[in-house]
Amino acid sequence: MSFVWTLAEQHGGRLKDVSFELLSRGRALADKLDTKLASVVIGDGVSPEQLEALIRRGADEVYAIMDPRLAHFVCETYSNILSHLVKTYQPTIILAAATSMGRTVMPHVAVRVHTGLTADCTELDIEPGTGNLLQTRPAIGGNIMATIKTPQHRPQMATVRPKSSRPLPEDATRVGKVIEVPLIESLIDERVRVTGYRTDTADFVNLEEADVVIAGGRGMKKAEHFGMLHDIAGVFGGVVGASRDAIDRGWLGYSHQIGLSGKTISPRLILTAGISGSIQFLAGIKTSETIVSINTDPDAGLHKVADFGIVGDLFEVLPELQRRLHEHAAAPPAATTATADDERPDERQREERV
Amino acid sequence: MDIIVPIKQVPETSNVKMDPETGTMIRDGVGTVVNPLDLYAIETALRLKEAHGGIVTALTMGPSPAVKALREAIAMGCDEAVFISDRSFGGADSWATSYTIAQAIKQAGRYDLIICGERATDGDTGQVGPGIAAWLDLPLATYVASVTTLPGADAPVGLSVERLVEEGYQILELPLPALLTVVKEIGSPRLPTLRGKKRAKVTEIPLFNAQNLELDPAFIGLKGSPTKVVKVATPKVMRSGTVVRAHDEAEIALAVDRLLAFLDERGLLPRGDRP
Ligand SMILES: Cc1cc2nc3c(=O)[nH]c(=O)nc-3n(C[C@H](O)[C@H](O)[C@H](O)COP(=O)(O)OP(=O)(O)OC[C@H]3O[C@@H](n4cnc5c(N)ncnc54)[C@H](O)[C@@H]3O)c2cc1C
Ligand SMILES: Nc1ncnc2c1ncn2[C@@H]1O[C@H](COP(=O)(O)O)[C@@H](O)[C@H]1O
Repeated sequence: MSFVWTLAEQHGGRLKDVSFELLSRGRALADKLDTKLASVVIGDGVSPEQLEALIRRGADEVYAIMDPRLAHFVCETYSNILSHLVKTYQPTIILAAATSMGRTVMPHVAVRVHTGLTADCTELDIEPGTGNLLQTRPAIGGNIMATIKTPQHRPQMATVRPKSSRPLPEDATRVGKVIEVPLIESLIDERVRVTGYRTDTADFVNLEEADVVIAGGRGMKKAEHFGMLHDIAGVFGGVVGASRDAIDRGWLGYSHQIGLSGKTISPRLILTAGISGSIQFLAGIKTSETIVSINTDPDAGLHKVADFGIVGDLFEVLPELQRRLHEHAAAPPAATTATADDERPDERQREERV
Repeated sequence: MDIIVPIKQVPETSNVKMDPETGTMIRDGVGTVVNPLDLYAIETALRLKEAHGGIVTALTMGPSPAVKALREAIAMGCDEAVFISDRSFGGADSWATSYTIAQAIKQAGRYDLIICGERATDGDTGQVGPGIAAWLDLPLATYVASVTTLPGADAPVGLSVERLVEEGYQILELPLPALLTVVKEIGSPRLPTLRGKKRAKVTEIPLFNAQNLELDPAFIGLKGSPTKVVKVATPKVMRSGTVVRAHDEAEIALAVDRLLAFLDERGLLPRGDRP
């Protein structure tokens, strides 16, 4: 019986949220196929408690390959390990996140095990009758939705857009097996070396993993005015993004850019201020759950895709919004955003020693 | 340092308009351009060439008109070009595309580095670069935001690169030959020059096709592609959202009020730890 697999992701020994999002996708598919769901974890220092959490959130089995030499993602080595596991266990489906890791290692593995791979899927289903995986993804800047299948090759592989599904609630009654898979020495490829990380840039943001994004464009007029957006983002525990126009003017660093030549995001909420809604910008936000726009122009493209649009001057609307939000959140904003930022500093210290 | 830059011709999206009735893209009369994200790959290659010498070769696989993309690359400063085109290559997915390109690269000759764009703006997969690396067993770095060369006795022997990842930048060292995919941050692409445009007109571009490429026929084109597109739908992007006017103080207060109520209804409003 071939299983459905998800590829969990870790950084610094901590499993990332996206690992749990993948399990809710995988669980639904495994149930439809009446098979089991396994999660593969390649890395170092992921605690037994965290591995158990994969089971509580949907996995039946967890394959953990842990070694200090696997602490950092190196495509060649990870691809060797995953290809080896695929050949040994022959899963029917493998899902990975459409992240810098998933989008790198999955195409590498797909070539080596000779199977198809569909990128950045937003919907997954099982075709009745054949049991084939139906993989639906936005293409051409989100202007079409293509449904793709891999009828003659196994496994069927897909990367899944982060934030496009929610993790299942923890279920402490679920039982499963954590299997420690020993690392085969010959699978380590020593050509590429990770020499460190740079996270010191004050102006760096992790847009794809944010639940709330507050974004500004040319209408913000000046870099300083982004302070308003940072403040609002703080209240929501979110981050600040921008249109290309704002990036090209040097108001924020490239990691903030949303759109065709920036990040594609799918947060629970995106609020835009002073962004027109060009086709290239919209390409990056179309699968967001809720879109709010503030723009003086009633015909702005963003108002047309927004769930809630305010036709007005952002310099009048944002201060009022700030005031009301602070009033609403009784606790000071710093306290409500504590979780995500709290964990950063020590992670940084650890990384700098690499 | 000899560098190959695989580029793709894509529909020009900057002129695309949305149909206000259907909310879909109007594609009539849309021209083609070099994939905008590949311009950064070309720029990276040209800078490395300026610093270390060598030859930059642009390469594309596509239908006959795609040769135009190669002429644009030469106009920007690429020295040579390779065109891969055959009816039997049509309909290739990223698996078959990366196979065909890898076979052509093997036959095209010596190289120290291959630089791809992050992804093509039409297919939007970003899978061809890593795929080529897998076929050629080259060390790979994706999402590269900066490159420095590691000097050897007379020529660079490796690269130190910063990859844009979720946590920041991952710094890698890799030996040459290698394959990179680059992001926009790497540096703004130069414009074509007049001299380049003249050269582009006269440069001879060799053609690789099913006759002169060594290929497994089961690995090419639509037939050799493991993935099959079974349905294409044009989603309506329009949402039936609320749009409110906020032109004076009263309207602004009301608009913000309604926005907060709307967010609250969707469970998006943050709450303090008020009991
Ligand atoms: C190949 C290619 C790739 C691209 N990739 C991207 C990409 O990844 N991301 C991206 O964003 N763009 C991208 N673009 C650029 C895109 O076409 C637009 O130029 C860009 O998105 C415009 O940014 P903007 O909305 O901030 O600016 P503008 O289009 O100038 O819009 C500014 C908006 O602010 C409003 N405004 C002004 N003042 C106020 C005020 N006081 N209060 C409220 N509203 C106000 C205006 O009404 C206007 O709608 C790309 C273009 C090309 C050709
Ligand atoms: N047909 C092609 N010919 C040459 N290079 C290509 C082709 N398709 C993709 N590429 C390269 O691979 C990158 C990723 O493309 P894709 O995987 O289609 O998103 C592009 O930016 C190009 O550098």
